[in-house]
This record gives sequence, C-alpha cells and structure tokens, in this order.
Amino acid sequence: MYDVIIIGAGVCGAAIARELSRYQVKICVLEKDEDVCCGTSKANSAIVHAGYDAVTGSLKAKLNVRGNEKMGELAKELDFPFERNGSLVLCLSEEEMPGLQALYDRGIANGVKELRILNREEVLQMEPNVTDQVYAALYAPTAGIVCPFGLNIALAENAYANGVEFQFNTEVTEIHKSEEGYELQTGKGVFHARYVVNAAGVYADKFHNMVSDKKIHITARRGDYCLLDKEAGSHVRKTIFALPGKLGKGILVTPTVHGNLLIGPTAVNVEDKEGINTTAEGLSQVLEKAGMSVKNIPTRQVITSFAGLRAHEDGNDFIIGEVEDAKGFIDCAGIESPGIASCPAIGEMAAGLLKEKMGLKEKDNFISTRQGIKNPSLLSMEERNALIKENPAYGNIICRCEMVTEGEIIDAIRRPLGARSLDGVKRRTRAGMGRCQSGFCSPRTMEILARECNMNMFDITKSGGDSKLVVGTNKDTV
Amino acid sequence: MINYDIVIVGGGPAGLAAAVCAKQNGIDSILILERDKELGGILNQCIHNGFGLHTFKEELTGPEYADRFIRQVKDLGIEYKLNTMVMEVSQDKIVTAMNREEGMFGIQAKSVILAMGCRERPRGALNIPGYRPAGIYSAGTAQRLVNMEGYMPGREVVILGSGDIGLIMARRMTLEGAKVKVVAELMPYSGGLKRNIVQCLDDYGIPLKLSHTVVDIKGKERVEGITLAQVDENNRPIPGTEEFYTCDTLLLSVGLIPENEISRGMGVEINPVTSGPKVNESLETNMEGVFACGNVLHVHDLVDFVSEEAAAAGRNAAAYVKAAAGSGNPADSDTVSTDAAGEQSTDNSGAVEVIKDTIEAHEIRLIPTAGVRYTVPSTIRPDHMDENLTVRFRVGSVYKNCYVSAYFDDERVIHRKRQVVAPGEMEELKLTKEQILQYPKLKTITFKVEEE
Repeated sequence: MYDVIIIGAGVCGAAIARELSRYQVKICVLEKDEDVCCGTSKANSAIVHAGYDAVTGSLKAKLNVRGNEKMGELAKELDFPFERNGSLVLCLSEEEMPGLQALYDRGIANGVKELRILNREEVLQMEPNVTDQVYAALYAPTAGIVCPFGLNIALAENAYANGVEFQFNTEVTEIHKSEEGYELQTGKGVFHARYVVNAAGVYADKFHNMVSDKKIHITARRGDYCLLDKEAGSHVRKTIFALPGKLGKGILVTPTVHGNLLIGPTAVNVEDKEGINTTAEGLSQVLEKAGMSVKNIPTRQVITSFAGLRAHEDGNDFIIGEVEDAKGFIDCAGIESPGIASCPAIGEMAAGLLKEKMGLKEKDNFISTRQGIKNPSLLSMEERNALIKENPAYGNIICRCEMVTEGEIIDAIRRPLGARSLDGVKRRTRAGMGRCQSGFCSPRTMEILARECNMNMFDITKSGGDSKLVVGTNKDTV
Repeated sequence: MINYDIVIVGGGPAGLAAAVCAKQNGIDSILILERDKELGGILNQCIHNGFGLHTFKEELTGPEYADRFIRQVKDLGIEYKLNTMVMEVSQDKIVTAMNREEGMFGIQAKSVILAMGCRERPRGALNIPGYRPAGIYSAGTAQRLVNMEGYMPGREVVILGSGDIGLIMARRMTLEGAKVKVVAELMPYSGGLKRNIVQCLDDYGIPLKLSHTVVDIKGKERVEGITLAQVDENNRPIPGTEEFYTCDTLLLSVGLIPENEISRGMGVEINPVTSGPKVNESLETNMEGVFACGNVLHVHDLVDFVSEEAAAAGRNAAAYVKAAAGSGNPADSDTVSTDAAGEQSTDNSGAVEVIKDTIEAHEIRLIPTAGVRYTVPSTIRPDHMDENLTVRFRVGSVYKNCYVSAYFDDERVIHRKRQVVAPGEMEELKLTKEQILQYPKLKTITFKVEEE
C-alpha cells in the first residue's frame, strides 16, 4: 500500500514525485515504458516559455510564469542544462502590430517581466538571420531553453534519492475504487494507493475516465521537428517564433542547450496515441515555414527528424486538481505547451494540494540537490587528467561526435534509475545524438550495456520492449 | 610538451601510407594517432576481397591490404598510439589527444597530416519520414556488427542507397543467411562501382530499383516494413507508385561525409562540394604544413588511390619539414613567397629562383565545370609541382562515349576518350610539370566532360 501512486514518469510525474518527496509519504511512480522521459517529455521544443501566450488567468498562464521563475534555481539544484537565451515573436507587417501589442499586453497581465517590443532594426541587430520581412518583434529575455531529458531525469533521480519508488515497464490497465483509496491493475500485478496522481500525458483522459463520470478528452497532437548539426547551432541565438495566427500555430527556430539548431513543430491531430511517425508533408512544412521566420537555414545540415505528441485537452487548459467525483484522484492532465516551462510549478501545485489533503509533514532529511553525470568536457585539462587517472574510462571516447567517454556511459548505467537501452544512454549522455546519429558508437555502447548490466547482446534494445538491436549470429539460420 | 616532426591524425589506409612515405623521405620523428583499438581503419571490417589490384597487382581482403602497410609501419619503426582520440589541433599545430593511460596531452607538431576518413550519412540527413524503431542501420555499422562482432542485425533486409558499402552488405547479409529483398537508389544511376553491382546484386538475384526511395518506415519498436516509391526527375516520390516490403531491417548506404571537425576547428578551409579541405598540388591545406589525404580530403572508391594520394601527402609533409629545418622558420622566409598568402619556400632556393625568373611563382586555379563537380587539388603552384601530378575528380551524372578534357586557359590541352563516366567512379587526369611550364602565364586549368 502506497500513500501516493503517480502514473507516468514524464516531466510532470517526475516533478510531482520530487516535490512530494519533501514530505513523509510513501510514493511510487508507475511507468509503462522502460525509462523516464519516454513520451511527450522527450520530443518537444524544449522551450521554457516566458508566459505571454496563454490566456490571462488560466492555469497555463499562471504555472508557466511561475515555472519559468523557478527553472533557474531548479537547474542549479538538480544540475541540468538550462539557459535563458530569450525569445522573439516576429511581426512581419504593420497590419500585424495589433496582434503583437496584444501579446505584449497579455504578457504584462500574466506577470512576465522585462518584455519589450523591438523595432525592425533592433531585431536585425540582435538576430541578423531573421527574415528581412521583419517589421517588429516581442522580445522576452526571460524565455529559455532546457534539456528536456536532463530536466526529467534530474527530477526523477532526485525523487528516487528521496525515497520515491519507480516501477518501469508497468502499464496501468484498470483503476478501481477501493476502501482505502484505489486499486491499480497493471501488467505486473495490482498496486494499492490512498491517492493517485494521473500524470499520464496523452493517456491522462483514459485514466481520468476510469474513475470519473465527468469525462475529459485528450487529443494527441503530433508535431514534426528537424534537428540540425551543431555547425548550424548559432544560426540564431534566441528562440524565434512567428506571430500566432497568420502562420498557423507557428514553427519555431531555436538553438538547443547543446548547441544544435531545432526547428518545428507542425500540429496534426492523430488518432494513435503512439503515432510518433514523422511524415513527408510534416517535414517539408517544417522546413518551409521555418524559412519564413529565419533566412538561410542550412537545411542540408539536418541530422535527424522526429515527432512528438502534445496532450491537448478540449478545454484548452491544464487540468490540475482532485477529480470532483473521485476523491483522492488528482488529475494532472492536458499538459501540452508550456508544459516543460510549467513543470516545476505543476510539481509544486500538485504536491501542495496533496500536502493539504493528506496533512503531510516535511521530512528533515530531504535532499534538495542532485549531481548530474560528470561532463569531462567542462573540466580543465588538469582536472580531466586527475579524473582519468582515478578512472581511466574517462579517457576513452566512445561517441566521437559528441565526445562522450566510456566513464560517462558507465555512470549513466550505474546510477540510480540508470539507463538500460541505447536511447536511455543517449538521453543521459548524448552518446549517439550527434551528427553520425550513433553509426560509430552504437555497437560499442551495446557492448558496454551488455557488460555493465550483465545482459546478453540479443537482449539489448534501442528503447525497451521489442526494440532489439541484433537478432542472431552470423549464419545461424544457414 | 612532446614534439614530433609529423603528427598524423588517423591510422587508416591514408594515415599509414602517409607515414610510410614520410619516413622513406627521411623523416624519423613521426607519430600516428589512431582512435580505434588497431591500425587499419575501416579496412578491418572490409573482409571481402578486391583490394590492392592497382597497388599490389593481386586481390586482397581489406585486413590483408591494411596489414601490408601496418607491417611497413612496424618495420620502419614508426611510432603510433592506439585508442587515442585527437580532441583538437590548434592553429600552431599543437595536437591535443586523449587516451586511458596518458589522459589528455598536447603534442607540438611541425607538420600535421589530416587522415581522419569519413562517416556515413545518417537517415536524418535524408528526412525519411516514418517511425524511428530499432533495425535501421547505416551499412557500415551493420558491416561492423556482422564482420567484426559476428552479430546479425536482422533477417529480412531492404537497403536504401547503392553506395559501395550498401552493395557489399547486400552480398554479406545474404551470405550470412539474411534475405535481402531489394536495393533502392534515389538517383537514376548507381552510386557504387559497376563491379559491385554485378558481383553483389546481380550474382545473388537482388533487384536494384533506380529512381526509388523510402517514403515510410513502419514499426514502432522494431522495423516491420518499409514503403518504397518511384521518384520523378526532381527526386520527388510519385504518388501511386508505392510498394510495401515487409522487413525487419533497413540499411542505409546514402553517402559518406569527410570528418573534418578537427580541420574546421583549426581553421582549414573546406570545399563545400567535397566537404574536404581545399588543397594545392602538395595536398597542403590553406594552413601551411597541414596536409590532407584519403577520405577526409574527398571520398574515394578504391583504397589503392587513397594509398597513392596519401603517399604524396607524406612525401610533401617530409619536404615541408626538411625545408623548415633548412631555412629556419618557413613562415619567416620570403625567398619564394610573392603575393599569395600562405606560400611556402622549398628546400632548393637556387632552382626555385630560376623558375621564379621564368614563370614567376604563381598559382594556377583548377576550375571544375560542365559535368565535373570538383577537382583535387584546387590549385597548382608550378614551382612546387612534382614531375607528374594526378588530378582527381568526380562527375555529376552518367555520360557515355564522352571525353574528359583539360583546358589550359582557353586552349584544350588534354582530351581523353571515356566509354562511360559516372558519379560513382572517381576519374583522374595526369598533368606533367613539363606540360605546365610551357604555359608560363597560365592562370586556370578548366576540367570538363565533353560529349562529342
């Protein structure tokens, strides 16, 4: 029997788990995939929005602004990459100015600080590669970029360090009301909890609707993205948005915290909640529309493309709170953009809510900080040599594109909630995320995984489940 | 700081041949830095035969070919470090490298030879839509898994791209028990050698579909199938031509990209067509004393030509080091340098003076046009030229019964008949110093494909 079960180990589930782990409470996170950060959290724009987009007074607006404020400190506490690079919303003509002004006004009303409207010259001086058509722009210096994997993994590891249990490959299939709370049927048996937090991303409606008669409906909205080589990474320094409306939902162009250039997303509603396949139309739309905001994007430098699903709820706002007709069942649903930016505040809000309801007391041994995987490239040569002397694996480069050492990969595997697949290693260390897209390092990472986890090579997967990488030995069927 | 006359980045076929030739030209202080656990580079996974027909007049496997050079390196006592990654090279030729035993360390080189080879173009570069399941490999990665580690990446295979590695892997996967269903090629011609199409596809009844590409990848966890479609003359898929193939593996052989991150980092100028350094007749980059050879310079089809090119780079690097020793700091010497930045003196100032008097130490630009996509080298300084110079290039399309020609300024001087030239087969023309000296005011040599 747990006090709280959280369904989903994405950024929201992990943020709630981490905030809740401040208190004397027994928590378990159930995740259907093999790792944290496997759904919406892994494939998005990774933007910490400033907070001017959402309707004033909405949860989206409040939590976005609050989450943005908290992100800097959180990044320091939990050691994940975050940078306040600022954003620009472009306005391409005088006729569009009222739209830009409205966005500015809304930002002010939402409590966004330091907002400014820049004229054409100021914009072009700040970002010379912005389209020549630019007329003005809304500049938000507080907007930022984050490593979504780093954020999610850091939150989960810290929650784990504070006693939160995680169960992977554990898909919840049924939820029943029980005397003490809820009974959750999973592929790995039945779990009991007094309280349930539903942080299931695109599946949050499914779980909500299992316990409530007041149905919600979530649409999986697919977005295709293209990621460009680091050589293109400084094409723009700020996150560049088109003014919402005229260009549809808007394709952004942004540097990433790791120095790549990211463009996307499209917005297509899909039936399949696992439908993360890119499409030819989607990818060409990304390239075409990005070109309307930013000129001379070196599209030949695309190294990968991917798609993610946003969990869009019909009411067009986050749903966070106890379900009216299901006591003890807390929704955290409809978390689409600005979900990444909001997650620190979502964690705070949901944990605060449970604290009240359950009358929780703070622990006196809460660990507020977490050390990420050591990044030797940030060390001086002397420090690096000391590290290699202590552990020679840090002198052995495995991923040559991102210069990731064996030491980092071993750390990623051995640490709590460690990686068990190629993608798990990739999201933690960036091995395989570079320009060759794991061509050189995947066989070597597979070997390290097999050795460290004492696994057979045939059981090593790309991302859990049946995503096996090798199927046999030479001539075994001949 | 450790000092070496010549530091060679990469111990594959290019690095090995460059080292051997530099040693044979009188340089003893040479260090090869290799990131893998053995010398030989990608040849170690190329266990098929057909290597060395030009160099050794016999058919060797990749490892055997590499071994010929590795033995020379060892016999000549050339130093090398394995499992050692070069992190960067500075403008003043300090090579920063790292390995498990020594940690991170700097080496001051007088000359650097870039021989890092190339990498395969990944799926993302083609923007192939669909899912991203397990079972999508670049052909070279699959080759390593099968040939070096003995693991089968899959049972039913579709290959996109008819580059040589893809063709070789079609045969290898077949021999190891997989079913290769089809090879699709976007272009209307193959990107690989004719002999590989015959020996790797035709001999095994594997169909090659030209002007076809992958338009969808099915399978959320592991590849379950792919959809091919025919493309129009703009390489756009033609609706209605889709064909679905069930398979568990998609191999990609869609191009090789020279790995010039280190070169760019030190300020080497890159030719956007080859993605390799721009070099002069000595295979020297815009940075003096920094030479490039092999696939890091431009992607080759045959290792024999890599060895030949790399030997020239090694010889020229040796000459550079000797000249620098003879004249103090070469950068301060102004015996030959005229207006061209980065010009170097040679060791024989007397002979150079004569040339200078007659034709002046000038630079001839090589211009690829009319079907020729690029040339290596890009420039020739006649006073630095050997008696013979091989100019290598690729064409942009398939031409039959044509000529490859070289125009010295406006005069057609070389005109060679070719039955067929194709993008998948590197071409060459040989120039002689004698020939060039007959044109003392020569400014450009233009390379063309001519159909007549």
